[in-house]
Amino acid sequence: MTTLNKINYLLHLADNALIIGHRCSEWCGHGPVLEQDIAISNIALDYIGQARNFYQYAAEIINSENDPSLGFVLPATEDSLAYLRDTPDFKNNLIVELPNGDWAVTTLRLFLFSTYQFYLYNQLVNDADTQLSAIAEKSLKEVTYHLRWSGDWVIRLGDGTEESKLKIEKAIEYLWPYTGEMFINNDDSISSDWNKKLSSIFHDATLTIPAKSWMQEGGLKGIHTEHLGYILAEMQYLQRAYPNSEW
Amino acid sequence: MNADNKNTRISEEATIDAVWAILKTINDPEIPVLSITDLGVIRNVGIQNQTDSSEPIITITITPTYSGCPAMDLISVQIKMAMIAAGFHQTKIEQALSPAWTTDWITENGKQQLKAYGIAPPVGKSFDNAYLEDLAIECPQCNSKNTTLISAFGSTACKALFKCNDCKEPFDYFKCH
Repeated sequence: MTTLNKINYLLHLADNALIIGHRCSEWCGHGPVLEQDIAISNIALDYIGQARNFYQYAAEIINSENDPSLGFVLPATEDSLAYLRDTPDFKNNLIVELPNGDWAVTTLRLFLFSTYQFYLYNQLVNDADTQLSAIAEKSLKEVTYHLRWSGDWVIRLGDGTEESKLKIEKAIEYLWPYTGEMFINNDDSISSDWNKKLSSIFHDATLTIPAKSWMQEGGLKGIHTEHLGYILAEMQYLQRAYPNSEW
Repeated sequence: MNADNKNTRISEEATIDAVWAILKTINDPEIPVLSITDLGVIRNVGIQNQTDSSEPIITITITPTYSGCPAMDLISVQIKMAMIAAGFHQTKIEQALSPAWTTDWITENGKQQLKAYGIAPPVGKSFDNAYLEDLAIECPQCNSKNTTLISAFGSTACKALFKCNDCKEPFDYFKCH
């Protein structure tokens, strides 16, 4: 892997964690009940912590290369990478930037994505890069909780009332075309493990897995939905308006 | 080994013991009854003597409980301040992510402190299975095992919310990790 590819891969992992963490944080103070509001805010915090670890490591590599032609603000910091890159620079999967919608969309998205992360981090734990494997090892424990919590919600909504089932079926229809992108450039074992977990949870939830269909993609290349720009506008406003400001 | 070297080694050991004793007095900001050494977040204390006989550099390696734990920055500041108060001005704090922190590193003393404070201590060993098991968690108030999970996420990242079906009290559970 070239150094630039390595940096880009770390940024991809960091951007995924940051953006889904931001989406989860949007529920803070708006959750359906206090306990679930606290749960999703905790999950947001885990994700932002993971994003910091990946950004810090990417910044370390960028600074040791010290090559302006790579296109990063020097010296790079976790903050410059999160706050001073623009939409086409972000390499997150499209699924994490989609709006929260209702509770069904939010919990289903978290289930689909954290299941993917669970199997990915399980693989990265054995990576030859010891810093990457250390971050994966740390993150994996947290993602296991996210997976359990969101999976429980999918079952509760799917096997719940007529209305909850209708809502989660709509959520499946909405999110499904964004699931394919997670498996680009990954081993087939990740997608087969993901499918197995999905089948078991959907079975308990009395939900049907959609048929194979055309999938959205572009996030890895910086081609995003219209939603990412709005997230960055909100998230980056302060650093853009008042450069280098600190709390 | 000449006498000088031996003396240096003895004084290094004494310094490291002294630093551990200082760390023991620092409590977790979010669970103020639990010392950071009982919490298991201190991974190592190292000492590096300076050739010019100035004050040695003490390196303290800490590990976060959770990636996003906001207490880590505060703990670092608390360590630095306690070290300065004890006369150590050259303290470096390093973070290690691997091996990842686990509740297995909470000491027996720490678990008792948690319970006395009203937080149920982690049950069993940290999980290594793909999907977490459901365990019977004991109420820290009345010791009943007839308890129900309210939410897997509690007032801080490391806790879950439970309620006791016998004494009807809600309580925090320091979850296995």
